[in-house]
Amino acid sequence: MTTSSCKALLEARNCSLRFGGIAALTKVSLRIAPGELVGLIGPNGAGKTSLFNILTGVYRPTEGEVLFDGRPVTGLPPHFINRLGMARTFQNIRLFGSLDVSMNVRTSFIARLRNGLIHTVCRGLSFRAEEESIREEGRRLLAYFGLQEAASNPSRSLPYGDQRRLEIVRALATKPRLLLLDEPAAGMNPTEKEELKRLIGQIRAEFGTAILLVEHDMKVVMGICERVVVLDRGCLLSSGTPAEVRSDPKVIAAYLGASAENQEAA
Amino acid sequence: MGVFRAAAPFLKNPRLGLVAGLAVAVLLQSCGAWIDPYTTQVILFAAINVILAVSLNLVMGETGQFSLCHAAFMAVGAYTSALLTGKALPMLFPHLSWTGTSPASQLTFLPVLVIGGGVAALAGLIVGGPSLRLRGDYLAMVTLGFGEIIRVLLQNTNFVGGARGMEGILPATNLLWAVGAAVLTLYTMIALVRSTYGRGFQAVRDDEIAAAAMGIDTTRFKVTAFVIGAFFAGVAGALYAHAVEFISPDGFNFLRSFEIIVMVILGGLGRPVGVASAAILITLLNEWLRDLSQYRMVVYALIIILFMILRPSRSLAPFLLRIKSRGKKPASA
Repeated sequence: MTTSSCKALLEARNCSLRFGGIAALTKVSLRIAPGELVGLIGPNGAGKTSLFNILTGVYRPTEGEVLFDGRPVTGLPPHFINRLGMARTFQNIRLFGSLDVSMNVRTSFIARLRNGLIHTVCRGLSFRAEEESIREEGRRLLAYFGLQEAASNPSRSLPYGDQRRLEIVRALATKPRLLLLDEPAAGMNPTEKEELKRLIGQIRAEFGTAILLVEHDMKVVMGICERVVVLDRGCLLSSGTPAEVRSDPKVIAAYLGASAENQEAA
Repeated sequence: MGVFRAAAPFLKNPRLGLVAGLAVAVLLQSCGAWIDPYTTQVILFAAINVILAVSLNLVMGETGQFSLCHAAFMAVGAYTSALLTGKALPMLFPHLSWTGTSPASQLTFLPVLVIGGGVAALAGLIVGGPSLRLRGDYLAMVTLGFGEIIRVLLQNTNFVGGARGMEGILPATNLLWAVGAAVLTLYTMIALVRSTYGRGFQAVRDDEIAAAAMGIDTTRFKVTAFVIGAFFAGVAGALYAHAVEFISPDGFNFLRSFEIIVMVILGGLGRPVGVASAAILITLLNEWLRDLSQYRMVVYALIIILFMILRPSRSLAPFLLRIKSRGKKPASA
């Protein structure tokens, strides 16, 4: 038991990603313990989303490896990584536009269905039982996150904040042990941001999911994260508690665009 | 219109529709003597077109993959089944009577249809497996190429008659087989799509990256749709061969594929019942335009253009079914 609790849930070792001559990431290492809430920040173009895409299998790192639960997952396809227990949301919302809200959540169960093609077409008892249990589970999740009234609405008709929330619910429905949120507060108003912070707390309390949060909004990151990792121009710049990171001169320099020496001299 | 509105409860419970549809097929068959040959042939064509259109709808409408070789799968099914009933079966069992309507022909017709569909499905797997990693225009090009390859291969194979085609195929297709198969196809598609599993096809169509992030094996779903579509196209081809008793490679060219695409677009991508209605409508239209056959493609193109201008998003289906909102449809599944 003790060994598994010290073991990292997710570990990226010296990951680099290059597109031709452009180095999007250079030797980035990252560890996330089970149940931990880690914030990932950095200026625009720092490589945050690239790192996300490496972790979730969208890109294969040029160098380095990714371990999930001690198992190498480098270069595995995204759907396979999801089945191992890693789910994500997207910076630009990617809901299934032609499906309604409850159906969007139900798509998360497809990868874990017991009944395949033949059973679905024959519609036997086990098919109907499974459909009912999925429907029930979807209803429960939507109700838990306050989306039950919108269940049969088209997903595109939801207000912006609810669309983001639905994406998180959809990701959670795959029962992940690690949830990766890519700028969940982008485009939200202050009330929605407060609600998002509460939602993240709720997820951790209820599901015990570890979360990696990419975010621009400092208030959100500093307010809820236990540990913050800073990326700049594809390199790991700093890592530590929010207070440590906030006072790190390198971080200040990266965000204000001045060199650290100038900062100290000023 | 009332007929289409009456389809609503069958959508909610597809098995009810299956039983009702098969009953209609049996009824049609038992009244076969009172239906004149021309009408019978139109019904056969309508049923075959329904199978083709509804199966292409799974690939194009539900899964969002553009395929231009549906007629080629039809050809594979047609030639396979014609070889079975014309050469293989009489050679294996020479003492039985093979006339198409004889008991031996009728009893073996089910396995013949299934094998015809199966070989077409295999062809679908061979084309779909590698090419479904491509998207949009590129997939369209590969499927267009495959369709031509099949046609040219058939044209140059003397064993199956080359460009002259195969004639004297036994008339085994009757109303029961054709309408029954159409009903079964429609049932399979509706039952498949209106389930958690089936929503995977639509998830792939809406957003492949998000679908993969939800654990859906997108390539597998695309190949599955392609193979199922090819299977039913093969069955339709087998029925067609044994209905018109003559097949030639030119009957399965690109224009035939295009005709099926017109049915799917007209019926509303992703709406099996609408697509089936459009298939029947186009069949009737073909009969009315028989004298102007060389202008048929012009008429199709005009219909599509008019539809795009007048009802760009809704197409024919809600018009016929009087479905008010899109959002309502998935809720009842």
